[in-house]
Amino acid sequence: MNVEILARVQFAFTIAFHYIYPPLSIGLGLIMVIMEAMYLRTGKKLYEQMTKFFVRIFALIFGIGVATGIVMEFEFGTNWAVYSKYVGDVFGSALAAEGIFAFALESGFLGVLLFGWNKVRPWVHFLATLMVTVGSMFSAVWIVVANSWQQTPAGFHIVGTGLNARAQITDFWAMVFNPSSVQRLTHVWLGAFLSGAFLVLSISAYYLVKRRHLEFSKAAFKISLVVATVCSLLQLVAGHESAKVVAEYQPAKLAALEGHYPKDSVADMYLFGYVDQNKQQVKGVAIPGGLSFLTKGDFKKPVTGLNNFKPEDRPKAVNFVFQTYHLMVACGMLMIGLSLLGCYLWWRGKLFEQRWLMRIFAFSVLLPQIANQVGWYSAEVGRQPWVVYGLLRTSKALSQAVTAGEIVFSLILFSWVYLVLFVLFIYILNKKIKHGPYDEENLDHSPRHIEMVDALS
Amino acid sequence: MTFLGIDYQTWWFLLIGAVFTGYIILDGFDLGAGALHLFFVKEQSRRIVLNAIGPVWDGNEVWIVIGGGALFAGFPVVYATMLSAFYVPFMLFLLGIIFRAISIEFRSKEPMFWWRRMWDICYTCSSALIAFLLGLILGNVIEGINVGPDHVFHGSFLDFFNMYAILMGITTLALLMMHGAIYLVMKTEDRLYAKLTILVRDTTIFFVIMILLTSFYTLLYEPHMAKVIRSFPELFVIPVMMVLAIANITRQITKRKYIYAFVSSAVTISLLMILVAIELYPNMLLSSQSPANHLTIYNSSSSEKTLGIMLTFAAIGVPLVVGYTTFVFMTFKGKVKLDEMSY
Repeated sequence: MNVEILARVQFAFTIAFHYIYPPLSIGLGLIMVIMEAMYLRTGKKLYEQMTKFFVRIFALIFGIGVATGIVMEFEFGTNWAVYSKYVGDVFGSALAAEGIFAFALESGFLGVLLFGWNKVRPWVHFLATLMVTVGSMFSAVWIVVANSWQQTPAGFHIVGTGLNARAQITDFWAMVFNPSSVQRLTHVWLGAFLSGAFLVLSISAYYLVKRRHLEFSKAAFKISLVVATVCSLLQLVAGHESAKVVAEYQPAKLAALEGHYPKDSVADMYLFGYVDQNKQQVKGVAIPGGLSFLTKGDFKKPVTGLNNFKPEDRPKAVNFVFQTYHLMVACGMLMIGLSLLGCYLWWRGKLFEQRWLMRIFAFSVLLPQIANQVGWYSAEVGRQPWVVYGLLRTSKALSQAVTAGEIVFSLILFSWVYLVLFVLFIYILNKKIKHGPYDEENLDHSPRHIEMVDALS
Repeated sequence: MTFLGIDYQTWWFLLIGAVFTGYIILDGFDLGAGALHLFFVKEQSRRIVLNAIGPVWDGNEVWIVIGGGALFAGFPVVYATMLSAFYVPFMLFLLGIIFRAISIEFRSKEPMFWWRRMWDICYTCSSALIAFLLGLILGNVIEGINVGPDHVFHGSFLDFFNMYAILMGITTLALLMMHGAIYLVMKTEDRLYAKLTILVRDTTIFFVIMILLTSFYTLLYEPHMAKVIRSFPELFVIPVMMVLAIANITRQITKRKYIYAFVSSAVTISLLMILVAIELYPNMLLSSQSPANHLTIYNSSSSEKTLGIMLTFAAIGVPLVVGYTTFVFMTFKGKVKLDEMSY
């Protein structure tokens, strides 16, 4: 296989795996902040127990997120040396800012969050939880800024030619607030909050189905249901805003999202479908003129189609982009539906009586995860063949010193390690959840559990 | 452009040097503690030494992330050339980082003997591997690598495993083991403390032997590493200070003033880095093909605008980071006590 495909597969694989964890820690962080704030306000033991329980899960997620994140930071240089030289001025500064302003904050206070319960006063501990969460949100800011710049470059000029061409910053703030930063950041943040909220919803629903830790899980369920409802509704707006930016600045990607081929013509919006790339048409159920309406505000206005672009300037995997995008939207709609249904039943006072609904909620943790993953795929595959939109092709961005053999070596290495890591993660997470919150009078502990708690302490 | 009479590129050279020195001092002691982990036999001892680095190891790793980001932003050509050249050692380094993090995280989650033994071995091997690779990479940077006029590496990854680099790798491992042992001895009491006093002594002897070997090898086979000092004899004060710092480590150890010994070993690390920096400057990466292909701070840096912006960032960010690092270390000062949230 050629070096380009291998390098892309390796990058996609390592980033997809990494992207499971940071959204979870950002979202879970927010919920922990709420829980600990409620503990400080009310002084109820229940909220303290809740915070401590989720801190343990947070620690696990955060640990894997950091370990896989460090890989990402160095992979730009190892596999994409030409790219790194090209964007060092811009992308490098965002990455460095992430390290010094965000990552240092979260990792510094993580120690206090995990081990500081008996070392610092409660409000200092709360401050540490807040700093870890704010730090992880800042991380997202810089990473999304760096990525957005690749999608909609701004605030730079090009110096040199050929392999020596480099982008140089002319206006730092124009680079940071490039045309898509704010919309994409909001979209990513909300996706992260939803990941955390649905994880807590799912764990609480599981306990409710099993009729364990009832008081604990009802309270946790309500907190996270509020977060889920607010964020899933806001996400609808944020997602739409993001799509409008794509329509304006990356028309080829927008056309690929809906599989829209014909030059400047009215575009439909598909609920689901299949793109026949050879015949250049989509089969499926569509709202006629829907895309025209959403992007231009008029059902009759024409939208740029893929045929407006030279074949070498448009994404090849149109059906892949179409499917991943539609799956993301579907997951978003399901999340809205589930949260609203939950709120309605809560208002009617029947929320926890519906065991079937709790069963669904127990699996709902997958929805934001799938949405985050496929949303990312459609965003990244949709901008191909460019690594920096309109400026640098992915095929030109590779390291010249690296051989296919070396990439295969590292790809096998990482696939194997990440597989083991993922299995262990699920195993430990499952165990922590089965174990439940720590509590001296907890009757749910089986003798084996009690034995284990003793062994651990 | 200049700031206080020194150009931006030089400021960045100093800043990145300082960040990597900070990394080796801070993550150094927990890497060293990790490399020593298997010397502790009892489960209770292993938990104590693990929890001695528990609250801080993650914060210590921040420095390599900042260093990597700063190198990317300040000297993208060096970042790109170096990482793509050192592909295999860096992949092993990343593997070490992953395994170390998850060993610490997973070890305490199951009580079974085989489970804990497995993560103990994993933890020690990955910590030692990282320490060794840091030295290996430094050794190759000092020797120079096969970089062509196109700033692309033209050698094979086997070139990296040469005599000098391996010697440097073992020296770094010895240095960090000593550094880690001194840290652990400050955090422990009773019998574990007694055991650690012996480990401190042994690792110090190991380090002194290795640094002597490496120094002689450098003077004999890498004479370019003494060129600057030979032309500016007043700089000879740096190696002299290093010898004094190493001597002070042994002196403080015999007096059982471990905090001073720890400071001395941190000073030793800093002086070692300063020595390398003085001899390299203004080069970042030496080419073994021809001096014309050296990557210098001038032919590989970002635009002055980016360097200026990032310098402002550093001026705001570094004091903040130092501030909360200090806060965390103060929070967890004193001997380790295990509780319900411990590993």
